[in-house]
Amino acid sequence: MPSVSMVVNGRQVSGEVEGRTLLVEFLREQLRMTGTHVGCDTSQCGACVVHVNGESVKSCSIFAMAASGAEVATIEGVANADGTLSVLQQAFQDHHGLQCGFCTPGMVMSAADLLKINPNPSETEVREWLEGNICRCTGYHNIVKAILSAAATLRGEAVAAE
Amino acid sequence: MAKDEVSASAVGAPMKRREDVRFLTGKGSYTDDMNRPGQSYVVFLRSSVAHGVIRTLDVEAAKASEGVLAVYTHRDIEADGLGGVPCGWEITQSDGSKMVEPAHPILASGKVRHVGDPVVAVIAETKAQARDAAEKITLEIDALPAVVDMRSAETAGAAVHDEAPNNVCYDWDFGDKEKTEAGFAQAAHVTTLEFTNNRLIANAMEPRACIGEHDAAGDRYTLITTSQNPHVIRLLMGAFVLNIPEHRLRVLAPDVGGGFGSKIYHYAEEALVTWASKKVGRPVKWTADRSESFISDAHGRDHVTKAELAMDAEGKFLALRADTMANMGSYLSTFAPCVPTWLHATLLAGQYTTPAIHCRVRAMFTNTVPVDAYRGAGRPEATYLLERIINKAAAELGLDQAEIRRRNFIRPDQFPYETPVALTYDTGDYLATLARVMTMADYAGFEARRQEAAGRGKLRGLGLSCYIEACGIAPSSLVGALGARAGLYEAATVRVNPTGSVSVFTGSHSHGQGHETTFAQVVADQLGIPADSIEIVHGDTDRIAFGMGTYGSRSLAVGGSAIVGAIEKIVAKAKRIAAHLMEASVDDIVFEDGQFKVAGTDKAKAFAEVSLAAYVPHQYPIEELEPGLEETSFYDPKNFTYPAGSYLCEVEVDPDTGVIDIVGMWAADDFGKVINPMIVEGQVHGGLAQGLGQAFIEQCVYDANGQLPSGSYMDYAMPRADDLPSFAVETDLVGTPCTHNPLGVKGCGEAGAIGSPPALVNAVVDALKPYGVQHMDMPLTPQKVWTAIDAATPKMAAE
Ligand code: FES
Ligand code: FES
Repeated sequence: MPSVSMVVNGRQVSGEVEGRTLLVEFLREQLRMTGTHVGCDTSQCGACVVHVNGESVKSCSIFAMAASGAEVATIEGVANADGTLSVLQQAFQDHHGLQCGFCTPGMVMSAADLLKINPNPSETEVREWLEGNICRCTGYHNIVKAILSAAATLRGEAVAAE
Repeated sequence: MAKDEVSASAVGAPMKRREDVRFLTGKGSYTDDMNRPGQSYVVFLRSSVAHGVIRTLDVEAAKASEGVLAVYTHRDIEADGLGGVPCGWEITQSDGSKMVEPAHPILASGKVRHVGDPVVAVIAETKAQARDAAEKITLEIDALPAVVDMRSAETAGAAVHDEAPNNVCYDWDFGDKEKTEAGFAQAAHVTTLEFTNNRLIANAMEPRACIGEHDAAGDRYTLITTSQNPHVIRLLMGAFVLNIPEHRLRVLAPDVGGGFGSKIYHYAEEALVTWASKKVGRPVKWTADRSESFISDAHGRDHVTKAELAMDAEGKFLALRADTMANMGSYLSTFAPCVPTWLHATLLAGQYTTPAIHCRVRAMFTNTVPVDAYRGAGRPEATYLLERIINKAAAELGLDQAEIRRRNFIRPDQFPYETPVALTYDTGDYLATLARVMTMADYAGFEARRQEAAGRGKLRGLGLSCYIEACGIAPSSLVGALGARAGLYEAATVRVNPTGSVSVFTGSHSHGQGHETTFAQVVADQLGIPADSIEIVHGDTDRIAFGMGTYGSRSLAVGGSAIVGAIEKIVAKAKRIAAHLMEASVDDIVFEDGQFKVAGTDKAKAFAEVSLAAYVPHQYPIEELEPGLEETSFYDPKNFTYPAGSYLCEVEVDPDTGVIDIVGMWAADDFGKVINPMIVEGQVHGGLAQGLGQAFIEQCVYDANGQLPSGSYMDYAMPRADDLPSFAVETDLVGTPCTHNPLGVKGCGEAGAIGSPPALVNAVVDALKPYGVQHMDMPLTPQKVWTAIDAATPKMAAE
């Protein structure tokens, strides 16, 4: 089997994969990093979103080999260095932006990319950006609130307590 | 305890969820995240044909395939004498006979009955190897005509099961038929509505998964599974399928990624991995692909109904009659038979004083995936029936949609109110929730908004829906009389540890509801200790005494009440210990703010001092009291709980495209006492999204051959963030606390999914009023809306 190596959350990793092994399978099965989830087999749900070279990617839609040599960031690497929640993660908790938690890693990774590209999104822009992330629990209301609130915090604005 | 700790966790405070941190950092522990040493993988070969006889089944090449450990067919299941998948509810038909209850084999035997029916289980070292091997199986099926449309199932000329030649599972009726007919005889006006309640797929984001493991040394099995009720699975699978006694079977339901009903049931895959783990001597893991979930998870709803409402000249309801066909699919799933009957017909009084109600239900077998409870289960169907027919009646009588309801509401002074369909509502205030939602939505200002929209070429509509639901299922003696093969109590153990921390073991299961937080709030409140020192344990049959699990919005009302019951026993015992420590009479001990005090003195012992004495009983009434401080309580509810509310939905329809824009969704709910409003509102949001999804985009579609074209997220329209509006939800009404459980809570998990579909459809029908549209079946897709407008346009132009 061919081997593949990449940097995941700042750590150099490598492993043996088949040509058909997906990036998400490599993360979950080989690296046992199970924070990244699989919710579908048609690249629709977004539970598997990670960052590859700084951009959000559905990790079920690329082969592990295709990420060879890449910098990959997953939900396990999002918290602050001291273990506390990042601004975005904290906003999800503060605004009850998760229930069962299954879509959450993908939501957070996807939203992080949005806020990098667009630090001041409108509600409509947030909702449109999340088109590729399905949540069955929250009705999105609180996810949208969480992302807008995190955006404000990151811009340095005071956010009204919830 | 510091003051802020009290306030953050107090009952009624929006305490942040403690479970969030693990989910937000990728440290959740879902079934597929778990791996057992030496684990193997199973892949199922499923029928690609809806109905047929297996002619050839050759698995030899698969057995020889690389990495394969075992290949099983029905023959192996039969050889080991396993039972089939059991059904948990038996319906007695109108003629007194029992429903038809065909066998539900774990792997198809002789015949396949739906696309997705599992035929072969292939177990290999890796999932990829199992999949490769499955492709080497020769499976030839002689197709039979598929029974797909239940409306023609009786005359389809093919039987899904030989035992039911006309494909009728049961023909059942409920209510007073004569009295109902008498009501119709007196009526000044009768409104009729024929409609379908569209078939849905729950689609929890975590696909089902399970791992079976057998410990040969102790002959003990462990099943890790994506379940809402691990004890129920232990009971059903152990007793009816695998013949494993409880003490040799542990069922774990760890973090579960949503359920919505679909993870209540005992599924064939669970039994197979458990059984096979012993046969192959290795743990066996199965994880559904989403495509597999679509054809193997129980589906929901799927009713076809004709309803008639008799009224006097003032729009006062005299009688209601309903005739429903309900799709059971190909086999009877765990709770399937009770959904269109006892969870549907009994709700047909709604919030109204209709004096006579009669409902007939015929349940049909079809060559489709089994249908069972999905968020709301029977109650959304009942609510949709009522709230749609009432709006149609209002339109026919020229009455305002709020006014016709007001004329028929059960008044606050009529509680407890006995309906003609067996339920006794303990409490409610329907005028209050209606008034509240009308204020929230600026009901009075709607006509101006309609005008303004018309100026922009848009059709604006406002739809009302007033739901009631029966939660907290239910008194065991009652459900037993109605055909349930289980009791529906809940169990809890409260263990006060020596240093005063508390472990709570609950039979309820959390798969998104936030029990770890809400239950901790309840316990903190009752014991006057910080929420931080309380852990909530769920989802493990080895650690928890017993449990019936989480569904039907029952966890707080039934499971929470069991916790309160255990706490009461704890406090009673602790008072006796405290009395001994302080040399006082137990009658003089009061427990408040986490302190045991001698009334009228300044003597007090902290909770932790008493708990320590219980475990270090040096100074202890040992003659009369056992050491330790741990109590278990089983709570059997005295009645259902009856949350109710009023919802308004406002839409704008684009007449050129038929696209519906939901511009407002307001919900005023009376859930009784609310422990954590943040979580409760979140539950309503999720329910609204699912209910609106049903109403305007979601539809499970089978074609005439029983194939499922809507079998992926490309074809089944899951609501996305940009399909939905922000919601306005208010649950902080003073409300009417439940009168028969100790917390006064009613349950909130399903309300949104129950109340919102008719609100949206009523809004769209209201918007299309100028076109003479009286009804449209869900989902209201742009095509359907556009077609309705287009069909009416020439007529309008001619007028
Ligand atoms: S797993 Fe669903 S999009 Fe990747
Ligand atoms: S929180 Fe459950 S799917 Fe989003």
